[in-house]
Amino acid sequence: MTSNTVISARDLSLTFETNDGPVHALKGVNLEIEKGDFVSFIGPSGCGKTTFLRCMADLEHPTGGTITVNGVSPQEARRARAYGYVFQAAGLYPWRSIGGNIRLPLEIMGYDKAEQARRVKEVLSLVDLAGFEQKFPWQLSGGMQQRASIARALAFDADLLLMDEPFGALDEIVRDHLNEQLLHLWDSTHKTICFVTHSIPEAVYLSTKIVVMSPRPGRITDVIESPLPRQRPLDIRDTPEFIEIAHRVRDGLRAGHGDEV
Amino acid sequence: MRNLVPVLTVVAVIFAIWYAAAIVLNAPWAHNKAERAGTELTFSELVADTWSQNKPKLPAPHQVGAELWKTTGEMVANGRGFSKRSLIYHSWITFSATGLGFVLGTALGIALAIGIVYNRTMDMSVMPWVIASQTIPILAIAPMIIVVLNAVGISGLLPKAMISMYLSFFPVVVGMVKGLRSPGPMQLDQMRTWNATPAQTFWKLRLPSSMPYLFTSLKIGMAASLVGAIVGELPTGAVAGLGARLLAGSYYGQTIQIWSALIMAATLAAVLVGLIGMIQRMVLKRMGMA
Repeated sequence: MTSNTVISARDLSLTFETNDGPVHALKGVNLEIEKGDFVSFIGPSGCGKTTFLRCMADLEHPTGGTITVNGVSPQEARRARAYGYVFQAAGLYPWRSIGGNIRLPLEIMGYDKAEQARRVKEVLSLVDLAGFEQKFPWQLSGGMQQRASIARALAFDADLLLMDEPFGALDEIVRDHLNEQLLHLWDSTHKTICFVTHSIPEAVYLSTKIVVMSPRPGRITDVIESPLPRQRPLDIRDTPEFIEIAHRVRDGLRAGHGDEV
Repeated sequence: MRNLVPVLTVVAVIFAIWYAAAIVLNAPWAHNKAERAGTELTFSELVADTWSQNKPKLPAPHQVGAELWKTTGEMVANGRGFSKRSLIYHSWITFSATGLGFVLGTALGIALAIGIVYNRTMDMSVMPWVIASQTIPILAIAPMIIVVLNAVGISGLLPKAMISMYLSFFPVVVGMVKGLRSPGPMQLDQMRTWNATPAQTFWKLRLPSSMPYLFTSLKIGMAASLVGAIVGELPTGAVAGLGARLLAGSYYGQTIQIWSALIMAATLAAVLVGLIGMIQRMVLKRMGMA
């Protein structure tokens, strides 16, 4: 583990006790994530990708192994507000304006009014929503709402961004656009991003590191370091390198599925 | 105003049934009178009599209307709107107990709901008692509350308000427990990721989320509160209030007085509940939850 390691998981397991016996959501997971990485977690439902993300966020508690975030336990990292978490649904409060929603974590964390206003303006322009501060969530499209929720996660300037299928509910055109914006954001803010997704093209397009997972028990089957450059126009998806990586991801997913039958 | 026609139709039907029932119910007395006078009643005479008796079994709507006007509008016109014979005065007495009981009941209901949501012991123990409290007939417990409070030197407005409170806290507890628990797991997780304190989660998430539930409860609570205040006036020998008017009316067989007090109580309830409905619409619209 170097000083640049953001996430370090060692033999991490998590078993849920259910009425039908134990469910191994995660088993023997080892992973290191370096500062500035864009890491995608991909795999079928039940492979533990969301559970893994929730372990990093201290929303689930591993039953075995160790995990550190910024060198400390996830709980300490959460208390230090070390990460921003973007959920699958935007989850904006209808009674707050867009600005008010982004201000919410800042209010909770005790920033003063002037600083709140400054940061709201800053992150709104970062997600290309400048001028929408006074609007209410219902006045925005689904894609814009999700961008607002990303702005909210960025507002308190945590170095780590955890995203759980943030674009899963959006149509493909909006999704492409948001992917492009997200890459731009990652490039300009130098954040570390962990991104859970179902989509192979999305994972390959966005990531510097792709973690392929498989279910029963949830585990990592392949970790692919992407050779693609940091600057990625959308049409990079038609290059042979891109298609080759996508192939490898698909093979990893199929292998993970194969040994269950 | 496209509701106007159906509403008026229903009102017309109610009036028709009411007038017909007045004829049927008051006819024996009219026949009795005629028999003693040794005369025979034609149908139109019968109708005229049944709709204008002094102490009818069922007063006709226009008799109640006239009594209502006599005890409200006319007294206001004579500058005696707040005299002890005015229904406005009696409504005010009942309303003050209703209002105080409603405020107390709402406060108690919200406090209990917060306790139930945030405290596991209360969650397990309080709800059965809350439900049990409502299975006791209010008519049975009201005199005891009055007597006990009188014995410790509390009389006047407060005992009646306590009975109102007893009835109105229940819908608030039930509604607010549901309302405060309405934020989903995702919203609560989100608060956790920001390391929010329980107080912050309450003020910024749980309380605003519970508003639609609160207002629905408040409407039921307000109606229950009014019933409580009227019931509280019955066993106390109260000299003022709509309940006292009902009781006095039944002592002296003044059915017209009873009915006008009933109509007044219904109007008061409609106005109070309507007021909450208006505030509800305004608040929820502003909160984007309408």
